[in-house]
Amino acid sequence: MSTTVENPGVSSSGQPLRSLEAPGPRIGEKIIKGLLWLAATLSVVVTTGIVLSLLIPSIGFFQTVPIWDFLTGTVWAPAFANPSYGVLPIVVGTLMVVFFAILVAVPVGLTSAIYLSEYASRRVRKSIKPILEVLEGLPTVAIGLFAFNVLTPLIRDLTPFLPWTGPFSIGVAGITVGLLIVPLVASVSDDAMRSVPASLREGAYAMGATKFEVALKVVVPAAISGIIAAFVLGISRAIGETMVVLLVAGAGNPVLSFDPTKGTQTMTAYIGSTATGDIAAGTITYDSIFAVGALLFLMTLAMNILAMRLVKKYREVYD
Amino acid sequence: MADEPDYTSRVAMPRRTRVAVGGAREVTQAMFTEGDRKKKIQGALFASVLLLGLSVALIAIAAMITWAFVAGGPRLNINLFTNVPSVVTPENAGYRTAILGTLYVIGGVILLIVPLGVGAAVYLEQFANPANKFNRFVDLNIQNLAGVPSIVFGILGLAFIVRGPLSLGFVAAAGSLTLALLVLPTVILASREAIRAVPSSIRDGSLALGATVWQAVWRQVLPAALPGILTGVILAVSRAIGEAAPLLLVGAVTFVTFNPSFFEGGYTTLPTMIYSYASRPQEELQTLAAAGVVVMLVILIMINSVAIYLRNRFERTW
Repeated sequence: MSTTVENPGVSSSGQPLRSLEAPGPRIGEKIIKGLLWLAATLSVVVTTGIVLSLLIPSIGFFQTVPIWDFLTGTVWAPAFANPSYGVLPIVVGTLMVVFFAILVAVPVGLTSAIYLSEYASRRVRKSIKPILEVLEGLPTVAIGLFAFNVLTPLIRDLTPFLPWTGPFSIGVAGITVGLLIVPLVASVSDDAMRSVPASLREGAYAMGATKFEVALKVVVPAAISGIIAAFVLGISRAIGETMVVLLVAGAGNPVLSFDPTKGTQTMTAYIGSTATGDIAAGTITYDSIFAVGALLFLMTLAMNILAMRLVKKYREVYD
Repeated sequence: MADEPDYTSRVAMPRRTRVAVGGAREVTQAMFTEGDRKKKIQGALFASVLLLGLSVALIAIAAMITWAFVAGGPRLNINLFTNVPSVVTPENAGYRTAILGTLYVIGGVILLIVPLGVGAAVYLEQFANPANKFNRFVDLNIQNLAGVPSIVFGILGLAFIVRGPLSLGFVAAAGSLTLALLVLPTVILASREAIRAVPSSIRDGSLALGATVWQAVWRQVLPAALPGILTGVILAVSRAIGEAAPLLLVGAVTFVTFNPSFFEGGYTTLPTMIYSYASRPQEELQTLAAAGVVVMLVILIMINSVAIYLRNRFERTW
C-alpha cells in the first residue's frame, strides 16, 4: 500500500474548501473489495458444492433403489450378492450413539456450565476453560482409541450382568461421543447463562434467594433457550461423529438392533468404512455413500437450524 | 443469637410488650435459621454435584493422556520419527511419511485458510452492508457450514476435488483443499469476532483523517485484531491436524513408504495412519498406534499453548 497523503494543503483561511469526494476512481480499492467479496462468497460455493455432490449421485441411486424402500427398509446389506439398501439399521445405530451421548453430555455439560458461570471465581474459570478447550481439540481418533482400550474394558467390568459379546459396543461409542461433546455443550450453555443480566441475579438475591436457588431457579430458566441450543448442537455433532464410532463400535454388522452391548454400524461409519475400501465409481454401492451422506446432511442441517433459532432467541431477549 | 429475649427499641415500651416483641422476633429468626441450615446443606450438595460433573470431563482428559503415554511408551524412540510405515515388521515401523504427509497437508491448509478466511471476515465486518439480503444469506450460510459433519466434507472432496471438476486424484493437495474447506468457517467466525472487538472509533478516526476504507482496515483494524485472528487460525489448524474422517475419503489411508509429494502420488497423515495401525490385529501395531497418539498430543498441546499464550498476552480492553 502506498502511503501518499491525499490531502496535503489543508485550507487554513480564505482558501476554498476541498471537495469530500474521492479524488480518483480508486480502482485498487474496488479490486480489493471485489477479492474480499469473492472470499466471502466462497462459502456459498462450498455449500452449493456439498448439495450438488450429494444430490447428483443420490438421484442415480434412487433410480435403482426406490426412496421409500431406502427409508423404511430394515436390511442394510450393500456388499451382499443380493444387496439390500434399507437404511433403518444404520439410522438406528446413529440414534443409539446420540441417545447415549446425550445421557452423558447433558448432566456433565450442564453441571460444568453452571459451575463455570455461577460458582467459579475468575481465576478458576480462566484455568479450567482452556482445559475444556483441549478436550474439544483432542483428535477424535485418539479419543476413540482410548475408549476402545480403556473405557470399553472398564464399563464391561463394571456391568458384568450385561450380555457383552465381542470387542465392539455401540453403547460405549455413544458414551465416548458424549464425553467428546461435553466441552461444546458446556461452553455454549455457559455463554447463554453469562448473558443473563446481573440484575436478574441481584433481584433474586435481594428477595432472599440462596446461590443454589439463583442458579437453578433464575439463571437456568432465563438461559433455557441457549441451553437447549447447546444440547441440539451436541446432538448434531454426535450424529456426524465418525472416528470414535468406527473404532469403538466397529464398522461391520449393520443389523437392526437396540442392544448397546453389541457393535453395529452408523451412517458415518458406513460412509467412512465403505469409501476406504476403494470401490469403483459409478457402482450402486458407491452411490449409496452419497445417499447416506445426503440423509446425514439433512439431519444435521435440521439440528443446526433449530440451534441457531434458539440462540437467536436468547440473544434477542437480553442484548 | 441471644439466649433470652432481648430487645432494644427506639420506642419506649412497657416490659411486657418488650418481652412479647422480643419473643416474636426470636421465633421468626429461628424459623429463618432453620431454613438457612437446610438451604446451606442444599447449596453445598449442589456445589459438589457441579464439581463432580466438571471433574468427569477433567478426569477423562487426564486418563486419556496418561493412557497414551503408558500404552505407547515402549515405542517412544527415534525410530518412530525416522522409519516408514510397515505391517511386515511392525516392531520397527514408524510414522515418517505420515508426519511428512501431515506437514504437507497442513501447510496447504494454512496457505488457503489465512487469505480466504481473513478476507471473508474483513468483507463481512467492514465492507458488507448487513441489511443486504445476500450478505445476510452468506452470514447464515457460514454458520451452517460450521456445523456440517466433517465426513460430509470428505464426500465433497471425493466428488469434486479428487474426482469431478477438479480431478486432482488421491494426492496431498486434495487432502489440503478438503481440510481447508472444513475449517474455513471456524477461521471466518473467529476472525469476525476479533475484528468486531476492535472499537469502531479506531476505524472512524482513521477514515476521518482521510484514509480509504481499505487503508483503515489494513493499517488500523487488522493489526489491532491480529492476536485474535491468529488464535482463531491456530485453533482451526489444530483441529485440521487431528481430523481423520474426511481424509479417509480423499485417499489418505494407503501405507506410503516413500516421502510424499504435493500434487502426485499417494500420501498418508498422522491421524489416518494411527487409524490404519489401530484397525489391525497385531499387538505391536496397537502400541505403535498409541505412540502415534502421543506424538499428535504433544504437537497439539504445543500449538494450543501458543494460542492460549497469545490470548492472555494480547487480551486488552479498549
